[in-house]
Amino acid sequence: MQLPDAEQLLARLVTRIKPDVTPETAMVGIYTGGAWLAERLHQALGLQVPLGTLDISFYRDDYSKTGLHPQVKPSKIPFEVENRHILLVDDVLYTGRTIRGAMNELFDYGRPAKIHLVVAVDRGERQLPICPQYVGADLAVPHGHMLRLAREDGGRLVFRLTAASSNA
Amino acid sequence: MRNPQLDDKGGLQHLLTIEGLPREIITQILDTATSFVGVTDREVKKVPLLRGKSVFNLFFENSTRTRTTFEIAAKRLSADVINLNISTSSTAKGETLLDTVDNLTAMHADMFVVRHAQSGAAHMIARHVKSHVHVINAGDGRHAHPTQGLLDAYTIRHYKKDFTHLSVAIVGDVLHSRVARSLIHALTTLGTPDVRVIGPQTLLPMGVEALGVKVFHDMATGLRDVDAVVMLRLQHERMRGPLLPSAQEFYKIYGLTPEKLALAKPDAIVMHPGPMNRGVEIESSVADGAHAVILPQVTFGIAVRMAVMSILGGGGA
Repeated sequence: MQLPDAEQLLARLVTRIKPDVTPETAMVGIYTGGAWLAERLHQALGLQVPLGTLDISFYRDDYSKTGLHPQVKPSKIPFEVENRHILLVDDVLYTGRTIRGAMNELFDYGRPAKIHLVVAVDRGERQLPICPQYVGADLAVPHGHMLRLAREDGGRLVFRLTAASSNA
Repeated sequence: MRNPQLDDKGGLQHLLTIEGLPREIITQILDTATSFVGVTDREVKKVPLLRGKSVFNLFFENSTRTRTTFEIAAKRLSADVINLNISTSSTAKGETLLDTVDNLTAMHADMFVVRHAQSGAAHMIARHVKSHVHVINAGDGRHAHPTQGLLDAYTIRHYKKDFTHLSVAIVGDVLHSRVARSLIHALTTLGTPDVRVIGPQTLLPMGVEALGVKVFHDMATGLRDVDAVVMLRLQHERMRGPLLPSAQEFYKIYGLTPEKLALAKPDAIVMHPGPMNRGVEIESSVADGAHAVILPQVTFGIAVRMAVMSILGGGGA
C-alpha cells in the first residue's frame, strides 16, 4: 500500500497548529515515533517551553498480560504541568490505549489546563473515546499490520509498515 | 541444569541470586531502574503497575532498612504490602516455613520478599510456590543479597558509566558477606576487568579467586588506582570470635581513612551497604566526605527494587 510522506504531514501539522500556539504552550512526545515527531514540531513551531517526552511503559493496560517492556526510557517533563496547555504528540493513533496511558502519566505530574492531541496519522478503529485535535492524514491500515514512524540517518522521518506484534 | 530463577522463555521468574543471571537481565534491571529514579521526583511518586497485587515481606531475620526500602518500592508500584515479622509469629508456634508460605498464598499473595538466616531459604520457597507467585531473595544467610548487589552495580554505573575499564575494591569481612558475593557476581557478569577483595586471610573465603577477583591483604597495594571502594560492615558478633584480634587493630589496618583513600583514583567513589560502623571500618570524615555515595545508594536501592518487582510482576511475554 501507498504510505504517506511523513515530511509532508509534518509541514501540514505545523500549519494547522501554528495559530493556536502561545508562549505558554508545552509539547510532549510519546516514545519513540511521537518523540521524533514532537522534536521536529517543537522546533518548527518555535515553542519556548522545553520539550517533554513520555515512555508510557509504566502505564500500559496490558502489563499484566504481556509484562514490562524490556527497554523502558525515562520520561522527562521539564516544565510545570499544573495549569498548562499541553500538545500531546504521537505518530499513529489507533486504539487510543497509548493516549490513555499518556494522559494518566501526565496527571501524575500535575493537573494540566488542557491537553490537545496531535497525530501524524489516524488509522481509526478506536477502542476508547479519544479524539485528536490535529491530524496529518486519515489512513486505513490492514489488520495485523503496524504503521509507525522511523527516523533515517539524516534525520528524515518516514513511515514503515510491518507485520504487527500485539503492540497497539 | 535449568536456572530456577528463569521461566521457560528465559524471562525472570524469581530473583534469588545474581550468580548465573544472564548479563542481559542484569542490564535490563539497571536500565529499568533508571526510569524509576525520575518517578520519585514527581508530584505523584507512584505508578500503577502492581495495582491490585499483594506483596508479602517475609522477614525471618531483622532488617529495618532493607524491609523499608522493599516496602516503599512496592507501594510506589501501587501494590498492597503486608509486613510479617516471622520471628515473632507462627514459626515461633512451630509452623514450618512452607506451611507459612502456603497459608499466605491462600490469602492471595502475588510476591514474597524473603529474608532468612538460612542460606537457600528463598530457593526453597521459589521451588514450592505456583507459577504466578514470584519470590525475591532479600538476603539468605551468607549466600546472596541480589538486590543489594544490583543497587551497588547501579550506583557504580551511575557515577562511572561503563564497567569495562573499572577497578573496584571490596574491603573487609568478605567471608560472612552475602553483599560482597552478590556484588562480585554482578561486576564480573557486567564485564568489570579488575575486581579486588581486600581483607585479612581469616575474613576472605577459601578459593575466592575462583570468582574472578584479585586478593589483597593490605590496603596500600589493594586500593591503588581503584575507581570505587566498597566498604563492608564488620559485624559485631564476628569481632569476639577468633578470626579478628580486635576492632581497633582492624581499623588500623583496614579502616578507610582519608590517607588510605588518597591511594585510589582522585575521583573514586566510596560505598557502604549500611549500617555503618563509624570508626570501625570507615572514618567519619570519609563517610561524610565528597567521595561518599552512601546515601545515593539508598535512594537508588528503591528504584532498583521497583525495577525487579515490575519485571517479575508482569504477565509472561
